[in-house]
Amino acid sequence: MKRISINPITRLEGHGHIEIFLDEAGNVANTYFQVPELRGFERFCVGRPAEDMPGITDRICGVCPEAHHMAATKALDRLFDADPPSAAKKLRELLYMAFYVTDHTTHFYALGGPDFIVGPDAPPAERNLLGVVRKVGLDTGKKVIDCRARNFEVIRMLGGRSIHPTGGVPGGWSKPLSEEERQRIEQIARENIEFSHFTLKAFDALVLGNEKFAKMISSKAYTHETYSLGTVDANNQANFYDGQLRIVAPDGEEFAKFPVADYAQHIAERVEPWTYLKFPYLKKIGWRGFVDGPESGVYSATPLARLNVSDGMATPQAQQEYERFYKTFGKKRIGKRFAPVHHHLATHWARLIEMLYASEHMLELATDAEITATETRRIPTHVAGVGIGSVEAPRGTLIHQYEADERGILTAVNLIVGTTNNHAAISMSIKRAAESLIRAGKVVEEGLLNRIEMAFRLYDPCLSCATHSLPGTMPLEVNLRNSRGEVVHTIRREG
Amino acid sequence: MKQRRKIAIYWASSCGGCEIAFANLHEKLLVADEHFELVFCPCLVDTKVEDVERMADRGIAITLFNGAIRTDGNEEMAHLMRRKSELLIAYGACAMSGAIPALSNLHSRDNHFQAVYRENATIDNPAGAQPQASTAVPEGVLVLPRFHAAVKNLVQVVDVDYSIPGCPPESTQLWKILEALIAGTPLPAKGSVLGAGSSTCCDECKRERKKKTIQRFYRTFEIIPDTQKCLLEQGILCMGVVTRDGCGALCPQVNMPCIGCYGAPEGVDDQGAKMVAAIGSVLDIGEYKGMTEEQIRERTDAVIDTLPDLAGTFYKFSLGRTLPEGKAQ
Repeated sequence: MKRISINPITRLEGHGHIEIFLDEAGNVANTYFQVPELRGFERFCVGRPAEDMPGITDRICGVCPEAHHMAATKALDRLFDADPPSAAKKLRELLYMAFYVTDHTTHFYALGGPDFIVGPDAPPAERNLLGVVRKVGLDTGKKVIDCRARNFEVIRMLGGRSIHPTGGVPGGWSKPLSEEERQRIEQIARENIEFSHFTLKAFDALVLGNEKFAKMISSKAYTHETYSLGTVDANNQANFYDGQLRIVAPDGEEFAKFPVADYAQHIAERVEPWTYLKFPYLKKIGWRGFVDGPESGVYSATPLARLNVSDGMATPQAQQEYERFYKTFGKKRIGKRFAPVHHHLATHWARLIEMLYASEHMLELATDAEITATETRRIPTHVAGVGIGSVEAPRGTLIHQYEADERGILTAVNLIVGTTNNHAAISMSIKRAAESLIRAGKVVEEGLLNRIEMAFRLYDPCLSCATHSLPGTMPLEVNLRNSRGEVVHTIRREG
Repeated sequence: MKQRRKIAIYWASSCGGCEIAFANLHEKLLVADEHFELVFCPCLVDTKVEDVERMADRGIAITLFNGAIRTDGNEEMAHLMRRKSELLIAYGACAMSGAIPALSNLHSRDNHFQAVYRENATIDNPAGAQPQASTAVPEGVLVLPRFHAAVKNLVQVVDVDYSIPGCPPESTQLWKILEALIAGTPLPAKGSVLGAGSSTCCDECKRERKKKTIQRFYRTFEIIPDTQKCLLEQGILCMGVVTRDGCGALCPQVNMPCIGCYGAPEGVDDQGAKMVAAIGSVLDIGEYKGMTEEQIRERTDAVIDTLPDLAGTFYKFSLGRTLPEGKAQ
């Protein structure tokens, strides 16, 4: 049996690893996506004071610390049984919307977008932010930089620090917002709305307007009919900060809707001896391996999945884009929502619709009369014992569960991280891409590398959370080995 | 374009926040790009380790190495980057002192596996599977690098020229360093800390200090602190007094205590021990004349109870230095 090893960031760095096995006929027998690292937060947080968790779990990921900070803080609200004042919830959500805008911007222009903007066949050296700037011009490059800068300014204003913010306390937020700060944030939110439209137009022109890309999006290679998971508000519209978790079946029917406190009844994690990262799946369906369809417990939790579970967006401009999205793919309505889109490459588009929603909602929050209220904390009176909190991280539903003794010292910690939800789906996408490119032992060289990267990237896999790699510009090397493990052929994408 | 100096940014066991701190140079990125050629940075450019191996020894002018040393791979990269770099800089708290990943040194490896793969709330693992160095699958054998017993920092593994503290280092401080390098300003003595002061976080803090003593500590969720007064003097365990200045005292500005991410100030080796001494000078357990030994012990214990996690609080960012071998297996 032949074997192909792909080290996304090479063996020595070891943050992610793909093994492809070929059968005797030279077709793909199986693929394995291995995560070769564990940092062990679930263990070493035990013994820590629970209130330290927003600050400790920030450090799971420097790319999305805000998501961990919020999930941790919300878990603490429950652990200490202290419902925050309304203004505190709004402040948290305001910071969170700024984070969404900057994070989705980074993905579109620096990580995933270069595939489309400079093209999947462009030299790898061009497929990065600077290549994007060269392609679209310095003015756009500056817009991207400005967008990131102004939203990090908001994060710092509210959270003290622009990376690894602080501010989350059980029962509230540590600092109220001044009127002067509010005015600045209002202005930033308006600029974000404008920038979101600019980016959606760019997507229209560069991707949807390009026949090759449009075809690629709806091709089988990037289509998986899985369950979708996301958070919805009381109107079943998408929400990133709070609500109930909703699972929609591959055909679009609601499969389950529950408060996050019940998550362990719905999600289980499988352990495989060949990877450090676990595989979450739907407990009531069961684990059937790396396959899609209604019989398989594999689900995805991505911007696309969030749209699929939602009866629309809670802001008017994003709602228009949401409808355009489903109509473009010819999807029928199911009540207020549409039949799910399963073309996973469309996740890039879904992400931009979310960016518009985050911008609009940021403006709503920044102009909310209550946002400058000075009461932002409620002092807890006791420890409830268990606290479970979740948010929609940009890369998927993020769940923190804490158990603590009567002093609030942690005795158990369970974390289901955004990207981890998609571990099985990512593995399947890699296999599908490999199958579509390797036939009878014939390897399409550059195509294999690009397509596997694209299958990876659409999930925006923030492996920081698990392996802390940002595979946006993954250096790739493929070794074709014979059954004795000798390298018979090497494909290398030069940097 | 004129000759640009080669710069590399490498991450070992880290969260990526140090890279974001670099990306958050924002508009200065374009200026940095004029003067430096980013020759290796796995999250931003496509160069591979093999390409680095082919570079001349000391051919990279500056390497900013972030992250802790958790695996053989991290350690090999530390040696490679040392060999290839004129200046190797421990960039950020993990590379300097292990930081948050080194909290793992309080537990054994088996202990980690038990929690993560066998005991946690959502685990479905009746057969007790856990990651193996080598696994036979139907198609062949899959291998994984070993999970080491303890986390180390860069300084314990290779010779380091300078360190930049912070979790992550503030982008404004990083820019000052790059500006100095661009201007050709002579660097301080080898081993110095760059991008920070030599005093303590308190020097940058706007809060008012009155040398007031306290009777007990409060955990952050227990009180709403006054916005103008020193947090430590309100009984909140703020590490600012034993933490190097350089960040601008950001956390206290939002009413949260310093957690010590900039490490110990100049001349202090053990940040935690220094904090114990600092607490001694601020704590006043009250009149104890005439009390029995037992009463004094009870009162002392009551104060200590308000500090429930000494290791995780005093050494949150320096366990890699303090417990480099980790907990005994």
